[in-house]
Amino acid sequence: MSDLSYEESKKVVYKGMIVLAVITLLEVAVALVGKGYVIEGLHLPVWLMYVLMIGLSLFKAYYIVYEFMHMKYEVKGLAMSVILPMGLLVWAVVAFFSEGNSWNQRRTLIEKKNAETIDDRPKKSGSIIDLKDVKNLN
Amino acid sequence: MAHDTAHTDVIPEEGHLHHTDYMDSHDGEAWGGGKRPFKASYGKLMMWYFLLSDAFTFAGFLIAYGAIRFSMPSWPVPDHVFSAFPGGKTGWPLIFVTVMTFVLILSSVTMVRAVQEGHRRNKRGVIFWMLLTVIGGAAFLGCQAWEWNTMINVEGVTVTKNPFSSHLDSGTYLTGAEIEGAGYDKVTKDAHGVTATYYIKPGVEDIEENRLFVKQDHHGHVMSGESFSPKDPYLITYNHSTHLYEPSAFKTPDGSIKTEAFGPIAFGSLFFFITGFHGFHVFSGVLFLLIILINVASGLYHNRTNNYEMVEKIGLYWHFVDLVWVFVFLVFYLL
Repeated sequence: MSDLSYEESKKVVYKGMIVLAVITLLEVAVALVGKGYVIEGLHLPVWLMYVLMIGLSLFKAYYIVYEFMHMKYEVKGLAMSVILPMGLLVWAVVAFFSEGNSWNQRRTLIEKKNAETIDDRPKKSGSIIDLKDVKNLN
Repeated sequence: MAHDTAHTDVIPEEGHLHHTDYMDSHDGEAWGGGKRPFKASYGKLMMWYFLLSDAFTFAGFLIAYGAIRFSMPSWPVPDHVFSAFPGGKTGWPLIFVTVMTFVLILSSVTMVRAVQEGHRRNKRGVIFWMLLTVIGGAAFLGCQAWEWNTMINVEGVTVTKNPFSSHLDSGTYLTGAEIEGAGYDKVTKDAHGVTATYYIKPGVEDIEENRLFVKQDHHGHVMSGESFSPKDPYLITYNHSTHLYEPSAFKTPDGSIKTEAFGPIAFGSLFFFITGFHGFHVFSGVLFLLIILINVASGLYHNRTNNYEMVEKIGLYWHFVDLVWVFVFLVFYLL
């Protein structure tokens, strides 16, 4: 358990409250300023907003687990046995999000092809689809 | 009490306690190797592993949400969808959910204080801070109930209908006369005792997909003549008197007449399922907090060898609920 005195650990809690509240306000501020709600005509680049919001959320998660749930004071083996398996999720996120993106691209391509009239189709002897489209499907 | 010697590591710093036998039977048997794995009690370690498995459950849902969102050409804009505030306010983007987030953070803070008072064996302190935590949890649930009610009963979002979407073209909403001028017939029809007015192409079947409405918001404010640009978010008005969705007619710059399309169907089911699953965790958390609160008040934990460890365990669960909210807040409301 923590070596902090009662008074010290009380301070840690209220500091934690301020840290989490300020980060939440920052996140909302990024969302609203970035989308032009606060200053007329000002928009932040989307990638910057995403990096800030995801970064701040991950910090909040770290803070809750390490300070409020006292992971900081547990032995390293316990912390690692809980946190390392979460690493598997990184792969799941990459795999499923790119899969979702691929559904989107395929649907768009199919809709585009459905809208084409026969005469617009590339004339190629011996093949019924354009090789370019095969590449796009990947 | 020779039996007690195996348990010396269980007795907390404050010491001078009598061993009571309703706790730590696990520490005597499964945990009987003389050393505690990871220097943690059986109960706390298992709570951590339960939370790990629960984290995977939530991650599965959130990843499914992400995959579906990535697969859609457009997605409802959160600061447009979540812009209502109690008191009939609209156009307050993300303010209400920020309040909800603060409520949950505060209840996490009061929970840590309850655990700290437990370490000092201050029964009254534990009761006070746990009571505040329960109130925080209940307040969060109340906020969520309000939010769901607004989405379902005011805005008309259901698991199969999503009236929130974004424009793909620019355009201008039309008046009734303009729609008729473009060759549509005006239809008036009794719907739930109220007259519904809409426009339809002659000879076309009178079903929902073929109806065009004049744009008006929930307050009956007619928006004909208002223009929009591509990517501007919109909400298909759900009319509470006629019980009809009113996809409205607009004219694009090239002169063609179009109606507002519904947004991705999956939005409602994902939102209600994932926030509902989180809300269910909050709800069961409040129940467990209440049970443990009653036990604290009855003095059940005061003389246990592990003291108020039960408060710590429910504390871990409670912080986890806050932790999950960090990610629900991120993906549904911020991104």
